Amino acid sequence: MTDRKIRVLIAKPGLDGHDRGAKIIARSLRDAGMEVIYTGLRRTPEQIVNAAIQEDVDVVAVSILSGAHNHLLPKISNLLKENGADDILVTAGGVIPEKDFKHLEENGVQGIFTPGTPTSEVVDFIKSHVEH
Amino acid sequence: MSNKIVDKQKEWVDNTLSKTLERYGERKDNFENSSDINLNRVYTPLDTNSDDYVSKLGFPGEYPFTRGVQPTMYRGRLWTMRQYSGFATAKESNERYKFLLSQGQTGISIAFDLPTQIGYDSDDSIAEGEVGKVGVAIDSLHDMEVLFDGIPLDKISTSMTINAPAAVLLAMYIVVAEKQGVSMDKLKGTIQNDILKEYAARGTYIFPPQQSMRLITDIFEFASKNMPSFNTISISGYHIREAGSTAAQEVAFTLANGIAYVEAAISSGLDVDKFAGRLSFFFNAHNDLFEEIAKFRAARRLWAKIMKERFNAKSQRSMMLRFHTQTGGSTLTAQQPDNNIARVTIQTLAAVLGGTQSLHTNSKDEALALPTTESVQIALRTQQIVAHESGICDTVDPLAGSYYVESLTDKIEEIANEYINKIDKLGGAVKAIESGYIQKEIADSAYKFQKEVESNECIVVGVNKFQVEEPPVEGLLTIDLETERQQVKSLKEHKSSRDDVEVKKALDSLKASAESNDNLMPVIIDAVRKYATLGEICNVLRDVFGEYKSVEIL
Repeated sequence: MTDRKIRVLIAKPGLDGHDRGAKIIARSLRDAGMEVIYTGLRRTPEQIVNAAIQEDVDVVAVSILSGAHNHLLPKISNLLKENGADDILVTAGGVIPEKDFKHLEENGVQGIFTPGTPTSEVVDFIKSHVEH
Repeated sequence: MSNKIVDKQKEWVDNTLSKTLERYGERKDNFENSSDINLNRVYTPLDTNSDDYVSKLGFPGEYPFTRGVQPTMYRGRLWTMRQYSGFATAKESNERYKFLLSQGQTGISIAFDLPTQIGYDSDDSIAEGEVGKVGVAIDSLHDMEVLFDGIPLDKISTSMTINAPAAVLLAMYIVVAEKQGVSMDKLKGTIQNDILKEYAARGTYIFPPQQSMRLITDIFEFASKNMPSFNTISISGYHIREAGSTAAQEVAFTLANGIAYVEAAISSGLDVDKFAGRLSFFFNAHNDLFEEIAKFRAARRLWAKIMKERFNAKSQRSMMLRFHTQTGGSTLTAQQPDNNIARVTIQTLAAVLGGTQSLHTNSKDEALALPTTESVQIALRTQQIVAHESGICDTVDPLAGSYYVESLTDKIEEIANEYINKIDKLGGAVKAIESGYIQKEIADSAYKFQKEVESNECIVVGVNKFQVEEPPVEGLLTIDLETERQQVKSLKEHKSSRDDVEVKKALDSLKASAESNDNLMPVIIDAVRKYATLGEICNVLRDVFGEYKSVEIL
């Protein structure tokens, strides 16, 4: 397993179409040597979890700016768990108020990155949380 | 005269400049703006061809409109101050509009929630968690009646940020007005109705391009006959810029989309001067003051030339690029949010010095959440201070003749024109979007900017310099799930009180029209009048038109 690259699914759940951040993170992770797959817009939690399992990813990096994070993120982690895939790291990025962090962290989201976060921080976080 | 300047400049470089450069140097080796234009140390008459004054600048209110679309600009009337807002239910948004109007706002601008923007009812499973979040939820005419309760539609102008289902919301607006006793020929306002930038940058598309273009040209045709004061489209660079484009790309891709709409309308049999006067535009205002001012001026001149030379428009009105501006959401920082007031002030100056017709100023807390009433008020006051205290509204196009601004205006026009030529070669904007070309150009610029911020080549105050430790911001506006429950409940009640036979009849005739070449506006108005919901209408169209599948280019 030592040579296997970290595989990341960049996921856009919910209905918002703002994927500037998702695309920037995708390129940054790729530049950092990871394999990156992007779901495209408006994916349901079910579609995201299916893609994560099929693509055998280590990380699902969710980007959401619609305000529906409290609803959609726990759904994704729960579905991963139900499918026995809760070893997959779930991170989130977007406009997420700090007061929602605790709820999300208790529901399986391990890294939350808000506007202004340097991409290097996301890269480091993923590298330190995914063991190969 | 120019020889004299050349000689004097050489003398200056040798005697004065060289000494300073030798002793102190400059902050950077290379000064560049977002559009990758290299900036000179100093601009002189050599950088602009001032002999061409009449053809390049002319006078305000006349071709090529570089100096503005009206002869008196803000000496005659200030721009329309129009704050984009909407959240939760129609009732709550109605209260916010009445508050804004009472504070001196002069037009309404409606933000719809995402399910509405993508043509889903609030009880659709895909809408879960999204109802009323980023705008107001509108399911049927019933909600629209509540939204405009007590707001006289013959007195105000309304802008609606609605694209894929624009025809449906326009139909609802027409019927609400009718119920207020206002006929549609009196209605003033704008629907965004710009699907191409949805595919390229904003994401709220439903149908494939060809069918979407048909809906748009149906609206053009219908409004050209029935709604002489209504802007039938707002061709938007705003979201292209938000997605990360440069200023010059913003102009280029917006005008390329504009060309595609004009071509579609002409090929559907419309006369250019019958509809082109009702096309309007929508741009972003970022922090690089002079680049932005030049961008607006360049866009006006380039569009005027396109309409005259490419489309043989005869009416002056067809050649005028009239535009709304919103300050740049992506320039706001979540860090030290009060700093955003200063950014918005600079952007307001850019928009006004660039000759905007209306303006939305962002609120300081918008990198964190929807704005609170207090922060919206500060944003509106910012416009009012610029309008009434800064003095910049007292003469038309005050920066004309600045060697720098004129040179930048020329450069941005040139870069935008090169892009438009390239897009023409690719087969036009629709093809360039379907192949992912425009999306890739935007993503490349966004990534480049991000790298510049991370390497500190670009400074963003509070983000990569002058940071402070700060506690979480308190008092943000949140929309709870109760809103969704209420909205779903009210939709259910409402649906059970309709005449189902009438609804079905209206939806059937919508289907028949969608399958033919008939203009869809009359049947949509009829369906709306019978209280068919937005979701029901869009589902009929989904069945006939199919749905767009995007290309993902990283």
